[in-house]
Order: sequence, then C-alpha cells, then structure tokens
Amino acid sequence: MELSLATRTVGEHTVLEVGGEVDVYTAPRLRERLIELIDGGARHVVVDLGRVDFLDSTGLGVLVGALKRLRSASGSFALVCDKEPLLKIFRITALDQVFPLHPTVDAAIAADTTGA
Amino acid sequence: MATVKLSFSPAPVHVRTARLVGVAVARRAGVREDLLDEVRLAIGEACTRAVALHRQYGLAELVYVEMSDGGPYTVRVVDRAPIEAGLGLAALGPDELAKESLSEDALTTGVGFALLAGFVEDLQVRPVDEGVGTEVRMAWPTGRG
Repeated sequence: MELSLATRTVGEHTVLEVGGEVDVYTAPRLRERLIELIDGGARHVVVDLGRVDFLDSTGLGVLVGALKRLRSASGSFALVCDKEPLLKIFRITALDQVFPLHPTVDAAIAADTTGA
Repeated sequence: MATVKLSFSPAPVHVRTARLVGVAVARRAGVREDLLDEVRLAIGEACTRAVALHRQYGLAELVYVEMSDGGPYTVRVVDRAPIEAGLGLAALGPDELAKESLSEDALTTGVGFALLAGFVEDLQVRPVDEGVGTEVRMAWPTGRG
C-alpha cells in the first residue's frame, strides 16, 4: 500500500497521520512533510503510526531526524503506535528508549509536558 | 526444491518488489504465517542495504536475490560493493542513536543491522565467493523442516 500523509491540529499540537508503507522509497516524502511542518512553525508534533503496515530502518531514520530537529528548536515529538509488530521494531532497535511512544493521540498530547 | 532468482537495478523503488516476491515464495515454501512479517522486514532491510551501498559507490550492477526452499527457506541478497564497506556493520545503543552528531545515513545503517540481527536467527554476512561484494544470507524454518 502506498504512503498516505494527513495533517490535523489539536490545540498546540500538529498531528501527522501516516498510513501504508514507510520504506526506502517512500521515506523521503515523510521527511519532506516533517521538515515542511517544522519549517512552517510546528513545534509540538505527534506522528500517528496507527495505519502504518510496514516501517523499515529508513523510516525510523526519518523519525529520529524529526525528533532531533524539534529538540534543538525546544519543541516536542512523540509517536503513536499500538501495533505489536511495530512496537517490536522499536524494541529491537532500542528506539523505544529514544522516542516517547503512546497508544493514542490523546495520550501523547496529555503526556507532553514541554509547555504545549 | 524450488528456487526463485531476482535481479534489480539498485533503485529504492524495486526494494518493495523484492519484499513482495520474497514473502510470496516464503508462504509457498511453508514458512509459518506469524514469521512472514519478519521475513518481509528482513528481506527489505537486506535489499535496502545493498541498494544504499551500490548508490554510495556509484555501481550500476544489479542487486541479486535468490530464494530457495530446499530445507529451510533461504534468501541470499548479494551486493557488489567493496567488502570493507559491506562488513562494517555495528548495532547502536540508545545514547548513540539520539546523538546530534550521528548522521541520518549512519543511523539508518545501524538500525537496519539491528533489525536484521534481531529478526533473523540464522543470519550470515560474508564476502561473495567470486569477485567483489557481500552476501547476506538469511534462513527460516519451513513446515517441511
């Protein structure tokens, strides 16, 4: 399934809903969209992976890139993911210790203590 | 015993094709249904790594993938990059992953290797027998043993 990207705003948070396959071919589009959002002023970004059915190392690299960008801009970045196969990917790569991971968008926003 | 061979130009768009073929052959070979997500991810990572190496070294040669089910389901992904590049793999810890100085490419390589090592119990990365290049060999049990 092709990559799908949709953005919505919840208070101070920008929620990017990602669907389909995030791989070496589609990840550049995800990177572009995240950079566009951050350059456009978004400082508190939540990426909802609820409809992602494939995520590889390239996609993970893009997400870490966004986390670093927002951290250096005093912003916040969180992921929403409750699918066990994806959670296993985060555990195996130790990225579960790098990203704030939440089961729902509401939980991700509620847990953000950066002043958003 | 069935063998399926696939070669593709080193372009990201073809990695998905390799994944789809790899999983289809795995299913026919009798690999357990609950392992197929891992097979898909591992073949994707091995091919992504090969494509990245070919692009890094400006190599137009095809990436070669061979799937066979004589015994365990075995997938070989062969690149033609210099061996010192192919074998220089290391998993990264959480502190290193979050470091500002780590480039996205380096992070992706490290994470890709962690996924291969984490998802494939029977994994070998070794120089090819003839010429220049590295072979990533992965195997999974089938219902037939």
